[in-house]
Amino acid sequence: MMNTVDETQTSAWSGFKKGQWQTEIDIRDFIEKNFVPYDGDESFLEGPTDATTTLNDKLTDLKMKQRKVGVLDADTKVVSTITSHGPGYLDKDLEKIVGLQTDKPLKRSLMPQGGIRMAVDALETNGYKIDPEVEYFYSKVQKTHNEGVFDAYDADIRHARHNKILTGLPDAYGRGRIVADFPRIALYGIDRLIAGKQEDLDLTGDGEMTSDVIEQREHISDQIKALKDMKEMAKSYGCDISKPATNAQEAIQWLYFGYLAAIKTQNGAAMSIGRIDTFVDIFIARDLERGVLNEKEAQELVDQFTMKLRMVFFMRTPEYNSLFTGDPIWATLSLAGTGLDGRHHVTKTAYRFLNTLHNMGAAPEPNITLLWSDNLPTPFKRYASSVSIESSTIQYENDDLMKRQWGTDYYGIACCVSAQPVDSGVQFFGARANLAKTVLYALNEGRDELTGQQVGPELKKMSSEYIDYDEFMGKLDKMMDWLADVYVNALNIIHYMHDKYYYESAQLALKNTKLDYTFATGLSGLSVAADSISAIKYGHVKAIRNEDGLTVGFKADKDYPRYGNNDDRADEIVVWLVKQMYQKMNTHHLYKDAQLSTSALTITSNVVYGKNTGATPNGRELGEPFAPGANPAYGADISGALASLLSVAKIPYKYATDGISNTFAVTPTTLGKVEDEQEDTLVNMIDGYMKNSGHHINVNVFKRETLIDAQKHPEQYPTLTIRVSGYCVYFADLTKEQQDDVISRTFHTSM
Amino acid sequence: MSTETKTRIRKTRKRNPRLRPLPMRDGQVEGYVHSIETFGAVDGPGIRFVAFMQGCNMRCKFCHNPDTWKKNVGDKMTSDEVLNQALSYKDFWGDKGGITLSGGEILLQIEFATELFTKCHKLGISTCLDTCGQPFTRREPWFSQFNKLLDVTDIVLLDIKHINSAEHRKLTGYPNENILDLARYLSDIGKPMWVRQVLIPTITDNPKFLTETSDFVKTLHNVEKFEVLPYHTMGVHKYAEMGVKYRLDGIEPPSDEHVARAQRLLHCADYQGYRDWQPGDSTLEKPVS
Ligand code: SF4
Repeated sequence: MMNTVDETQTSAWSGFKKGQWQTEIDIRDFIEKNFVPYDGDESFLEGPTDATTTLNDKLTDLKMKQRKVGVLDADTKVVSTITSHGPGYLDKDLEKIVGLQTDKPLKRSLMPQGGIRMAVDALETNGYKIDPEVEYFYSKVQKTHNEGVFDAYDADIRHARHNKILTGLPDAYGRGRIVADFPRIALYGIDRLIAGKQEDLDLTGDGEMTSDVIEQREHISDQIKALKDMKEMAKSYGCDISKPATNAQEAIQWLYFGYLAAIKTQNGAAMSIGRIDTFVDIFIARDLERGVLNEKEAQELVDQFTMKLRMVFFMRTPEYNSLFTGDPIWATLSLAGTGLDGRHHVTKTAYRFLNTLHNMGAAPEPNITLLWSDNLPTPFKRYASSVSIESSTIQYENDDLMKRQWGTDYYGIACCVSAQPVDSGVQFFGARANLAKTVLYALNEGRDELTGQQVGPELKKMSSEYIDYDEFMGKLDKMMDWLADVYVNALNIIHYMHDKYYYESAQLALKNTKLDYTFATGLSGLSVAADSISAIKYGHVKAIRNEDGLTVGFKADKDYPRYGNNDDRADEIVVWLVKQMYQKMNTHHLYKDAQLSTSALTITSNVVYGKNTGATPNGRELGEPFAPGANPAYGADISGALASLLSVAKIPYKYATDGISNTFAVTPTTLGKVEDEQEDTLVNMIDGYMKNSGHHINVNVFKRETLIDAQKHPEQYPTLTIRVSGYCVYFADLTKEQQDDVISRTFHTSM
Repeated sequence: MSTETKTRIRKTRKRNPRLRPLPMRDGQVEGYVHSIETFGAVDGPGIRFVAFMQGCNMRCKFCHNPDTWKKNVGDKMTSDEVLNQALSYKDFWGDKGGITLSGGEILLQIEFATELFTKCHKLGISTCLDTCGQPFTRREPWFSQFNKLLDVTDIVLLDIKHINSAEHRKLTGYPNENILDLARYLSDIGKPMWVRQVLIPTITDNPKFLTETSDFVKTLHNVEKFEVLPYHTMGVHKYAEMGVKYRLDGIEPPSDEHVARAQRLLHCADYQGYRDWQPGDSTLEKPVS
């Protein structure tokens, strides 16, 4: 088929600069040709409209009710699809951007395709009962992802999972972590996208029908059905998205319908919105120039769209919540960044998105991620810092580093911190393996230190009470080999089954047909493992064992270097661990020939991982939380904030392309005495971290006393938000244990 | 005043100031370092690497670092050692940050400071001297050495503990004439300075004294910033550890409002030069406000 520009397109696109984007589906090219960088400051920003404030009050009210009861309302019978629900509103007359997950605000949908047990349990623990027919159907008639996975798991994987050396695997819920190119709907309209996919379908399988070709054809057909469903769903809201959007309001609305289709069909661990700020800005700028929109109205559109991202919830089980607390869905929104041509991508709309935090108060979603580069204009850096100081809701990621690694400037953050090319990248999410436990397995002949079960390979006993470094390292190497095997095997099964039973047709309909996959793995307990190895190497450590010979405690005779002090002796161990695990896993066949990546990123699961791990040679007691992500172990970084940052920055991004998460807390007075000094300090701090190749940093600015008070009087801090590893959460929604964990973390202070 | 204090003051007044001979290693002067802060954001402009040096003559009642009082103890480091450690943090310094030498009283190790700052300036690193001014004198050979140091110092932070000399002596063990003279001298030569007034309820917060301080600072032409340092009790535990009696028991830190009142009396808001200060600036070229 020849792609020619038709009449509706001509009028929808009038005023835009021409380019390849007109004949090819190419959002990046459109942005590149049409966006205008903004170098000014925030003084143009407007406050919320009355409609926004009214809607926001309603939503806050509902959320506070929800906090009390857990879940406000839930479907027990209707299985969610793109078209399963009629239109729903918060307040139809006031909403500029429409569309809800179900037919009522905050009502949770039913998605049993990931696993029927999970769906049943999630309902039951929240006081609902699933419709027996649905349960029967997904237990006896239609297989789910979860069932498929467990049919294929071997004994080794089951053991590893049961003993929690592998935890949080997406084997009963959606793997998430796909950033769809939502702007495609707005720029081209659904019909043009269907035509493109039809063309791809026709070109797939011109020859032999091998299993991969057959699978591909089936998937493209599913994508086309999803696109058609999106049209139908939009129509129920009175919108015709078959054609391109003609103004800013439509552009935002059209792309939001794409996102809505995604969250109606997948309860993925992360449902990112991607990188839409420059795209949206082009439409807003055109409307402003045409005089059909003013700044107040532009802000209203951005506010109300953002409000929709704050309304997404999934039905979760208590086990899931203990790993990822506070109902996060990672509607990650990437802002700013720079282009390959060196121009920065700060637009007024990046400011408008940050301004939503003023206009509607702080909230955990969307997960605002600022793509930081040395080249961002100073006024923007300062404004972002001021928002961080005020609300602790922003995470910063190194744009220069990611652009170089991924070879594109059109990438978005999928999930918490992981980059992904928007048009052609897909990440297979793989949770994480527990490295601290791996150290203990090496010391316990492959037995789990808590259950005593033989989980890893059976090794010879350690020869003496004092741990010999070389002997230990030999065993650790074997244990890491085993861990790499069992972990990759589990993930290969999971992704095979996910594609088979829970394919993401809506999101993948909005990406290129030919995709590049990354195979994400993750490491938890990194700092605990590293300090433990350092203790064994430098500290002359004795193992204390129980009557079964399992380690229950350790004693170091000497002091030893710890990760987090910019001391190479300890920091090198962390780097070595990451690289070793990467290389070991990379010797394996990876599903769909994906590119291996790993991460040092834990979400809130550092608490649960710690709970399930015995005492470790670095002096950590049984059950004590791990440090989050790539952070140094609690209390280990004693050489000041910058030394700690530089230690983390040593982990090479090229192995951990899935993200190296650093969660940083500092008191406001440490940053400076007055506001503009505090902003300056934060800007310089982030600049310095990124120049040293630091990948990611969560910035929290508050006093420990505030948190202690908020724990005692949650009613006085209903929307106090904080950043934990990879996302943002209402402090009040954390469990008591997690709150204690956050309070006891290293706060960087100075006298 | 106890006789002991009297004698000490008389002694320092009478004797010509000596330059304390510092140990040498690798052809460099060694300094006694108490501790290092890699992320100093309130010790001069921008983010700074701060070396707190050991040794102080004064015995301020409110001092929260009594562990820095003793001389000739702590980590012995050459200027290269301090510099190299600092340099790993240079990416955090932006265009204003750099290295601060603080204490204790840094001017008791003036040769070390001069050597380190000279090296910093060769590398284009901004230097900041955080001093209480007590060792200052216009006598030789000290004065010449001090001028050498000032040549390689971009900015000075000077604490005013009390404007009234008698009160100053009660509070710190020393009179303040030479400290105010230091301020005057720095103003005369156009060396940018931040002045800090320590605010201790019932001791330095008397409006009369604060007004006097304000009047004095107004006559200086080099003040880029004027801050109030509210008294705090975070260092009190160190006294118990050292077996030294803490003499301000029962005095509470000032409230925010109290601090704001002092700031108004001192006209702190009038001193905004720090906003566009750049390393190497001299206040001589600037019009006097
Ligand atoms: S001058 Fe500074 S270090 Fe010396 S006693 Fe006074 S406060 Fe303490």
